[in-house]
Amino acid sequence: MSAAVPQGRRPRHLTIGRIGVYAFLVTAALFFMLPLWIMVVTSLKPMEEIRLGNILALPAAMTFEAWTKAWSSACTGLECNGISVGFWNSVRILIPSVILSIIAGAINGYALSFWRVKGANVMFGVLLLGAFIPYQVFLYPLVRIFSLTGIYNSLTCIVLVHVIFGLPTMTLLFRNYYAGLPIELFKAARIDGGGFWSIFFRVILPMSTPILVVATILQVTGIWNDFIFGLTFAGRENLPMTVQLNNIVNSTQGERAYNVDMAATMLAALVPLVVYFVSGRWFVRGIAAGAVKG
Amino acid sequence: MSTVSVRDVTVAFEAVQVFDGLSLDIQEGEFIVLLGPSGCGKSTLLNAIAGLLDVAEGQIWINGKNVTWEEPKDRGIAMVFQSYALYPRMNVRENMSFGLKMAKTPKPEIEKRVAKAAELLQITPLLDRRPDQLSGGQRQRVAIGRALVRDAAVFLFDEPLSNLDAKLRNELRVEIKRLHARLGKTTMVYVTHDQIEAMTLADRIVVMKEQKIQQIGTPDEIYHRPANLFVAGFVGSPQMNFVKGRLENTGEGLSFLAGDRRLSLSGYPFITAPSSGQDVVLGVRPEHLEISSTGIWPGFTVDIVEPMGADTVIWCSDTVGSVQVRTSGSRRATPGESMTLHVDPTQVSLFAAESGERL
Repeated sequence: MSAAVPQGRRPRHLTIGRIGVYAFLVTAALFFMLPLWIMVVTSLKPMEEIRLGNILALPAAMTFEAWTKAWSSACTGLECNGISVGFWNSVRILIPSVILSIIAGAINGYALSFWRVKGANVMFGVLLLGAFIPYQVFLYPLVRIFSLTGIYNSLTCIVLVHVIFGLPTMTLLFRNYYAGLPIELFKAARIDGGGFWSIFFRVILPMSTPILVVATILQVTGIWNDFIFGLTFAGRENLPMTVQLNNIVNSTQGERAYNVDMAATMLAALVPLVVYFVSGRWFVRGIAAGAVKG
Repeated sequence: MSTVSVRDVTVAFEAVQVFDGLSLDIQEGEFIVLLGPSGCGKSTLLNAIAGLLDVAEGQIWINGKNVTWEEPKDRGIAMVFQSYALYPRMNVRENMSFGLKMAKTPKPEIEKRVAKAAELLQITPLLDRRPDQLSGGQRQRVAIGRALVRDAAVFLFDEPLSNLDAKLRNELRVEIKRLHARLGKTTMVYVTHDQIEAMTLADRIVVMKEQKIQQIGTPDEIYHRPANLFVAGFVGSPQMNFVKGRLENTGEGLSFLAGDRRLSLSGYPFITAPSSGQDVVLGVRPEHLEISSTGIWPGFTVDIVEPMGADTVIWCSDTVGSVQVRTSGSRRATPGESMTLHVDPTQVSLFAAESGERL
């Protein structure tokens, strides 16, 4: 008796096509890593080294001076308190904006997918339409409205703007997620005597963790990276980090401090970066869930 | 007194009218099964009774009260769903007490009722588990328990066993029947597409098709005296044999005639007066065809034999067409064998070929 021997040639694992694919992937990765590399090494060099022009080279005498300067003493126009002022402003804008916009979106999505309000589809359509109109169109009317109501150039104003403009995306996100939950769950809760709020808080919200994470990521990165709303509505006292970064980079006297600019930029990008690294897995999952069901 | 009364109810989804003046009266303590293929409107009717769906016209009465516009919680009903619909973030105890908490029932009372229901359904050891730690059968038990603690007068079941495997389905079916007997005066309305569930559980079956009630009757009536061709064909497995033919007045009264097959209908209880020459469909249940050398329908040849253990189904045909015969499990036959069949005219059903209605 002979043992069963596989017939034919063993398939080769490393084909030419495979090598091509890997080569492309590695090149693409390097290409997109390059700016980050340049930023990191430049921010760690003293100015003398930067002047030599070897932008890809590792720093010969590594120093964190530029980072300290960017954080606490770089000049944004007349004031020289670094980008830390903007950082805390951004945090103050971010926290209420994220929380309020997510709550509003979740309630909207819940009402639209479970309660089948009359005209819900029309309302949802109008809301989505709002998401497609360029923001710039709204700027002037909003400025007029806010100055009439007396809240223009304040923290309230900028938070309100973020909540309003976050509404379409947040509603869409939650509506699609809730459309994927079994409607029978809602029916059971109705029979058990739950009302609008008690069903939302006791049954639906506890099941919303994945989509809450996704919404948080979207809103944190979106609001943190915002420039134009912050510039227009926040007022001088509350300018977010992005606006301050622009001021630092554009208001140099004499020599341009590339290392400080780089460090300040990296500091400004830190929050979204951390969010992506910590929760990338959730992010992809939530987006996919939203895309398939709906 | 009837506990549930559906009066001339019309339900409309957007522009599509689902029911048009549907009425149904359910007696106290009765077990009613709404039976029909998917899309026949049985679940819609149940949702309308539960108040989960707005009724466009007509009224719904429960326990002598017009509840047409009442909230589901105020109707004195409890409901069990196909997908169990247990709250995933609550454990079994919390699931069962949610409704009572919403109704602001005092804590000791909640505990008492939950304990009682849990014991009745033998889920006491599961009380601290979460739904995802339970098997399908256990989940459905919990869902029934959740309905039970509400102390409702009317229980609504929406295909509660359809997600379970065959063995569990049989077990839980018996348990539901036992529960109904034990609760005494509780009315149950049960939606299913499974005719076995309908036949075994129901006091009365409501057969539905295309949003219309086809027949209301005891399982016995539905099975033995189906009101039309649809009911006859939908209930019973293997399916009832249908033979197209004609009524003819022979010397000794009316007879059914189809090719060589002939059947004297002198013992048949006609509901409507038949006329000679009318086109009809003869319905015979497979178990009412008898293999007998003295039978009245000769000339059949065996095509296929399906031994099922308890009984054997033999497919055989003659020049008119093929029929199924259900006979005892010990009966053996070989394809090609010829046989003669006997039909008892009191056991058959006759339908008008045109309208499909029972004659």
